[in-house]
Amino acid sequence: MKTRDEIAQALAGAGYIADGELATAISLMQLLRRPLLLEGEAGVGKTEVAKALASVHATELIRLQCYEGLDQSAALYEWNYQRQLLSIQAHRGVEAETIEDRIFSEKYLLERPLLAAIRRDKPPVLLIDEIDRADDEFEAFLLELLSDFQVSIPELGTISAITIPHVVLTSNGTRELSDALRRRCLYHYVDYPDIDREARIIMARIDGASASLSLQIARMVEGIRKEELRKVPGVAETLDWAAALVGIGVRDLRETPETVHETLMCLLKTHEDKSRVTREVTERLLGKVA
Amino acid sequence: MSCCGTSPGYDEIDGVSRLVAAKLAAFLRTLREAGFAVGLQEGQDAAALMAAGYAEKPGLLRVALKHLFSARKSDWDRFDGLFDAFWLGKRVRSRSLALGSAKAANSPSLKSLQGGKSEAATGDAATDQIPSEGDDAPEGRAGEGRKEGASRADNLADVDFRRMADPEQIEQAHEVAARLARTMRTRLTRRDLARRRGYRLDLRRTIHGNISHGGVPITLVKRQRKEKPLRLVVLLDASGSMSMYTGVFLRFIHGVLDEFREAEAFLFHTRLAYVSDAMKEKDAGRALDRLSIMAQGAGGGTRIGESLQTFNRWHAARVLHSRSCVMIVSDGYETGDARLLGREMAALAKRCRRIVWLNPMMAWEGYTPSAAGIKAALPYIDLYAPANTLKSLTALEPYLAKL
Repeated sequence: MKTRDEIAQALAGAGYIADGELATAISLMQLLRRPLLLEGEAGVGKTEVAKALASVHATELIRLQCYEGLDQSAALYEWNYQRQLLSIQAHRGVEAETIEDRIFSEKYLLERPLLAAIRRDKPPVLLIDEIDRADDEFEAFLLELLSDFQVSIPELGTISAITIPHVVLTSNGTRELSDALRRRCLYHYVDYPDIDREARIIMARIDGASASLSLQIARMVEGIRKEELRKVPGVAETLDWAAALVGIGVRDLRETPETVHETLMCLLKTHEDKSRVTREVTERLLGKVA
Repeated sequence: MSCCGTSPGYDEIDGVSRLVAAKLAAFLRTLREAGFAVGLQEGQDAAALMAAGYAEKPGLLRVALKHLFSARKSDWDRFDGLFDAFWLGKRVRSRSLALGSAKAANSPSLKSLQGGKSEAATGDAATDQIPSEGDDAPEGRAGEGRKEGASRADNLADVDFRRMADPEQIEQAHEVAARLARTMRTRLTRRDLARRRGYRLDLRRTIHGNISHGGVPITLVKRQRKEKPLRLVVLLDASGSMSMYTGVFLRFIHGVLDEFREAEAFLFHTRLAYVSDAMKEKDAGRALDRLSIMAQGAGGGTRIGESLQTFNRWHAARVLHSRSCVMIVSDGYETGDARLLGREMAALAKRCRRIVWLNPMMAWEGYTPSAAGIKAALPYIDLYAPANTLKSLTALEPYLAKL
């Protein structure tokens, strides 16, 4: 088992700057073999945790994006109908049972993310993204999978896990998750990073972002988040903006207020927010950046 | 003799671990009292963590247990306080604070409005009228008190509560809410069910069923959309001018939350409060007690616009989707800025499918929508209807069923 500092370091190596609590959560995940449920506003970097985790373990990331109406055939497995039909046509005259045995074998089985995750030789990271978008029925089904790590396919029988994947679930809180699922998981609330951490994130992710510029950008974003906005910019937006500024060649935000204001479109994503952050507001925020 | 030499040592270790286990069990009990969903499995895992060396560093143990025991944001925020109170002995203040917030967890704003009174009143539920007199007197304003000043003196508001406490009436209200709920379970989803007369082919079942025909799909299996209930979001005006009706509507909302799989409820007067959790209390009486405490204590007018702004900013993204119907129950007497109300209604209308505004005063003789608030809101409302009696509530049913 790795200690939490080692984990934080490994994550940093993978480009994710974690706080101490998240590192603890990940070490617990391995110790207790429980899934980790990440909640938080959109754009705070929940999905990135799973990606960084996969690169820390040097393993595959299997991602299941949830949506309303997601069902077993898209999440777990599906039969390869075309091949089955071909096979039936090609073996006319053979007894029905023989055909059935043939076409319902693993050869004709299409793996979907959940099945794939338990059949790898090396435990992968299974990211179940935005679980709140799937409906209750799927959640209940997932619960069964997460506790037993086996899948029963009526035509084939039960398939047990070869390895237990590292499971990360994320939720934006658009729907209340069931208590059963919550209880099953470790819980971590991902908040917007503080200024220092955000600056470090910018430096880690954007090539050519100097320490002083990163800090300025982080302070500026922090100021914008405190404005009354419809859509508060997340870390992903910060990174976009930082990349834009570095790409344009900005060295110091205070020297180029025009450019700063014009590139705010990377952060502000609704018309209302855009019109709320006027040139004057930008100037005021820039004044605090120093 | 060697066995006698070892046994006390063994006992000692056992005793220590038993002590830790007992303490841990007590902590779990504290958490459960504070509303955490903590089961046996979590207890075992916690014991495993302590055995794994986490127990030696309190800071680390706290973070570890926080991840293990929390299940939602509110748990997450409260955990540190509870942990410190229990293990580090910062006892009285934080613990009672945490327990208090579990009781009225969803309404910090309302709680602060009432000061300490809510705690005191929780105990004796039936007497919620008595503190309200004291609360309202200094705040009642001229324009506000006109409509219900007299009625409050006569305790008319209390009569409404009492009337609904009559078993027959309760039964009726529940029945109406339940029927309303059933007829509204009619929204389409993308989830399919196997149906004979569906419009999409279910390939998996078709192939399986036609193997004996040599793979020629003779009998087709089709699937069709399953119907799914729409989500109902109720915003209830609990201001002084509505006081005669809040009781009835609280009852109605409780029924709706009971029956609908997807429903959310909010209360507002000068502030907005999320009350779904309090309403989901199984026992109607207790839920209503909690809510009537939340609902009153603010006779100082209604800020519909500001409340809607709060709703749009903090809750809308979470509780609204394209199949949502927002039901606002209010008399539209806006004491804040009517233009703000108009703006927020416009924003709200973009986010949901329908807005239904129920106005109990509408049925009053000679009532016209002259209040500035309702005038600003009218353009965005899909249905504007009276709802002052059970009968007019029932009359809503066919409309809501069509949504």
